[in-house]
Amino acid sequence: MGDLFEKVFLFALSFFGSRFKLLLGLVALAAISVVTIAGFRGQLTRNRPIYVFPDMKWQFKLRPQTTAGFYAWQNDMSSRPKVMGAIPQRNGFVDDTSWQLNALNTGKEGGAFAALNPVPITLDLVRRGQDRYSVYCQPCHGAQGDGNGMTKKLGMTTVANLLDQRIIRMADGEIFNTISVGKNTMMGYAAQIPVEDRWAIVAYLRALQLSRLGLEADVPAPVLEKLKK
Amino acid sequence: MPSIFPKWANQLGPKLLIGGGLIGTLVTAGVWYYFTPKYTRVGYQPIQPVPFSHKVHSSQLGIDCRYCHNGVEKSWFSNIPAASTCMNCHSLILKDDPRLQLVRDSYQSGTPIPWVQIHKVPDYVYFNHSVHVNRGISCVSCHGQINEMEEVYHAKSLSMSFCLDCHRKPEDNIRPLQFVTQLDWKGQVDGKQLVHDWKVQPGESCSVCHR
Repeated sequence: MGDLFEKVFLFALSFFGSRFKLLLGLVALAAISVVTIAGFRGQLTRNRPIYVFPDMKWQFKLRPQTTAGFYAWQNDMSSRPKVMGAIPQRNGFVDDTSWQLNALNTGKEGGAFAALNPVPITLDLVRRGQDRYSVYCQPCHGAQGDGNGMTKKLGMTTVANLLDQRIIRMADGEIFNTISVGKNTMMGYAAQIPVEDRWAIVAYLRALQLSRLGLEADVPAPVLEKLKK
Repeated sequence: MPSIFPKWANQLGPKLLIGGGLIGTLVTAGVWYYFTPKYTRVGYQPIQPVPFSHKVHSSQLGIDCRYCHNGVEKSWFSNIPAASTCMNCHSLILKDDPRLQLVRDSYQSGTPIPWVQIHKVPDYVYFNHSVHVNRGISCVSCHGQINEMEEVYHAKSLSMSFCLDCHRKPEDNIRPLQFVTQLDWKGQVDGKQLVHDWKVQPGESCSVCHR
């Protein structure tokens, strides 16, 4: 290939004389200046991406969490916050019951905290709870639930030990309520964790407490035999 | 009889051919290299109003992506967390740090923090986060190693061919569900088996992404 280029180059040189060199020089100069100004692919830049042909890329519609362009809307937010005091009656589905003030949604039953988890306990629910616990609870309460999460080293020293007698004796509904609205220095997680997941976490927490504080007699005999091996 | 064309016209053809070829090649090369999202989008790293480090929060502290982007499994849109999510920890940790002043103000007043959006597909692309995350496509496949970024930048092109590459060969990016938000996962998995087991059928027709 190199040989061929050399032959073409020499031919062109003899054909055009010095003007060809001038052309080559100009082309090289143009190429170098383009690369100098535009840089290479993947270079970090503070400049916004360029769209030469906008086409229909940015349409006159609202996307979530962006500016709305309506000055009358609070803070110009495209995602509208709930109106103060409004209770949603339906959230997309006809059979949606998330607005009802029952034990499932509030953790309370007739003024007192519900003693037991209103969601049927299944292995799937506990597994789901384990997954959610590791995302939302573990940073502070630790993987074992003893309150030794990584935030302890950073200055959060008042994290509750979930294996404490006080919390073991607590009604399921009260734990649900604490996850929802918070307690002392812990803030509420109602916005981050949906209702069913909060109950799943409560179910997993009970399993966690049992695994740490249960007695040998609590373990079914066939399982115990396996563990002893 | 005087000649119609001057003598230099003899050389015009080859000159145009070689000169035009040379310039044409370079222009084509320039367009091929620059007129693509691989150049225009990749590397975009705007200055954010709050110097939030994903590296610190994700890699060093080990917080799951979903702690803040908690809507990603249910919604087509992966939400930016509210200031109250930051305050879950920062009401106690670094509670007087000047870098977090904007977060505290936002939490008090309800005025959103003006984060700058980096990853942005055109409005005619209907990308759904939840369907990807729930079928074993990790954040890292489209957003790059966010867990190693002090400041987030646009790491992948997110062009149409980028989407199609994976839609034609999802086994290269698919991974077990428990590792989807584990961005430094380096394990091996039989992608073809997962694609088969989960009945993953990433469409390639227009209406899969465009409506």
